[in-house]
Amino acid sequence: MIINVARKELKSMFASPMGWVILSLLMFAFGTYYLNGVNDYFAVMSGAMRPAERTGVTQFVGQNVYGFASFLVLFAVPLLSMRLISEERRNQTLPFLFSAPISLTEIVLGKFLGLVIFLSILVVFIGLMLSTLNIWADIDFGFIIANSIGLTLMIASFSALGLYFSSMTQQPVVAAILTFIALFALMFLDRFFAGDPSNTLASLSLTRHFQSFSGGLIDTADIAYFGLFIATFLTLTVRRLDADRLRG
Amino acid sequence: MMNNFTVEAFELTRLYGGREAVSNVSFNLSKGQVLGFLGPNGAGKSTTMKMLTGNLAPSNGSVKICGIDMMENPKEAKALIGYLPEMRPLYKEFTVDEYLTIAARLHRVSSGNIKKAVEAAKERCGLGHMSKRLIENLSNGYQQRVGIAQAIIHSPMVVILDEPTVGLDPIQIRDIRALIREVGSERSVIISTHILPEVEMVCDHVQIIDKGKLVFNGAIDVLKKQRIGNKLLIGMHNMPGTEAVLQIAGVVEAEILPGNLMRVRFADDTSPAEAIVQAATNNGWGLYQIAPDQTSLEDVFVQLTYQEQAVTESVAA
Repeated sequence: MIINVARKELKSMFASPMGWVILSLLMFAFGTYYLNGVNDYFAVMSGAMRPAERTGVTQFVGQNVYGFASFLVLFAVPLLSMRLISEERRNQTLPFLFSAPISLTEIVLGKFLGLVIFLSILVVFIGLMLSTLNIWADIDFGFIIANSIGLTLMIASFSALGLYFSSMTQQPVVAAILTFIALFALMFLDRFFAGDPSNTLASLSLTRHFQSFSGGLIDTADIAYFGLFIATFLTLTVRRLDADRLRG
Repeated sequence: MMNNFTVEAFELTRLYGGREAVSNVSFNLSKGQVLGFLGPNGAGKSTTMKMLTGNLAPSNGSVKICGIDMMENPKEAKALIGYLPEMRPLYKEFTVDEYLTIAARLHRVSSGNIKKAVEAAKERCGLGHMSKRLIENLSNGYQQRVGIAQAIIHSPMVVILDEPTVGLDPIQIRDIRALIREVGSERSVIISTHILPEVEMVCDHVQIIDKGKLVFNGAIDVLKKQRIGNKLLIGMHNMPGTEAVLQIAGVVEAEILPGNLMRVRFADDTSPAEAIVQAATNNGWGLYQIAPDQTSLEDVFVQLTYQEQAVTESVAA
């Protein structure tokens, strides 16, 4: 049943040009970064004389692309997540889902999954794009896999938060703005505490937990952080929708 | 199962900030019955329907669909219901086929039967030639048909339609009414409406709700009797006094209306129309019109909804 809701969401994302446009623009941006990364690699490495200064091509280009990707989804996710619930609320289509034999949890999970699957297309494409380096060089697939997992988790966290804000309002634009502000604050929280990295608030920052993945390290602590983050906002969304049913 | 009730509502109450939108509504509905909800605006018809379909939690009371409690087993209960809310829940970016497929899938139609179910629903609602059109581009009436198709696609035991004929042209209304009758013959249907003749045409049972309370709950025959009832409207050029008319056998009450009209009420089981015509020709009253007075159903409705001390009558069939 979760899958059926997710399929519906995917279908509606591809039914409007919005989904295609966002996907293609993002891929264009990533492609440009990839090209620049490869060009820069030769420029930088030809100047690096000592072996210690040299880094692998995967890491050099990969960090370039994945770093940019984690920043760009900050704009892409609010645009896509805003309509998930708020638009249904505005068009009064929620009763369609509420009166079907599916639970609220299934509805929320389905919508969440739909968005994550949609955005995972980007993660897959980035991975494929970087893998093409293997034609000329011997690349580090572990690095790409770690980064892909990190990026997917980050996208999923963004989506969960976006879904929650979308459930709070009838206006998609309001949801997008709120999501963007919240994500922006969470992304750059560690910058505010740059002088005191051990601060508890700083460790709430999403960027900090993405950092280990971007270095090629899969850390269970970070996976747990993203997992909890997603679970929290999905639970809040279910509760918000349940309040609709109770308060009317 | 002990009884054959498809819908059992027990003391349904819904509070909105302390104000009772619906209070203590109880009723049962059996298989093969069509129930009409009547009531003025804001009477609580839609709120009751939302509670029946599990879209709104009742503050008090319970709903059972074919014996399954809506609170305890919402998924199983919802699987037996098809619901069309007042505001059509249509995803306008989809085509009719796409939308109905999603509806079928969400309502647990097995994947092998989805195509068949979609085709059947389209045919029943006269949507066959609209399959590939975007719902957004359909006219109001066709959108309403898609809404109804969505509610019957999984052949539910109970179909709940909130004002199904709003925005349709007369031919479509006739089709939809036939459809409601057809569905109602094997399953249960609940519809809400303001249109009184519609209730008479399609419903077996009527409930009149006013200010959240059930003021009438009974078989349509009870209302029909009063409507076809006992009144005649007579138009005469040379209006006689009421005494002259009262002398005709069967006439109980006569009232002179403006515009050379007279309303006559007669006792049950009598039909004085012929005698009145006879008397009119004999006495030269200049009779030019005689017809059953059709307003009485509205009268009943007004009486029931605007009386402070309305009698809550329960004539269970």
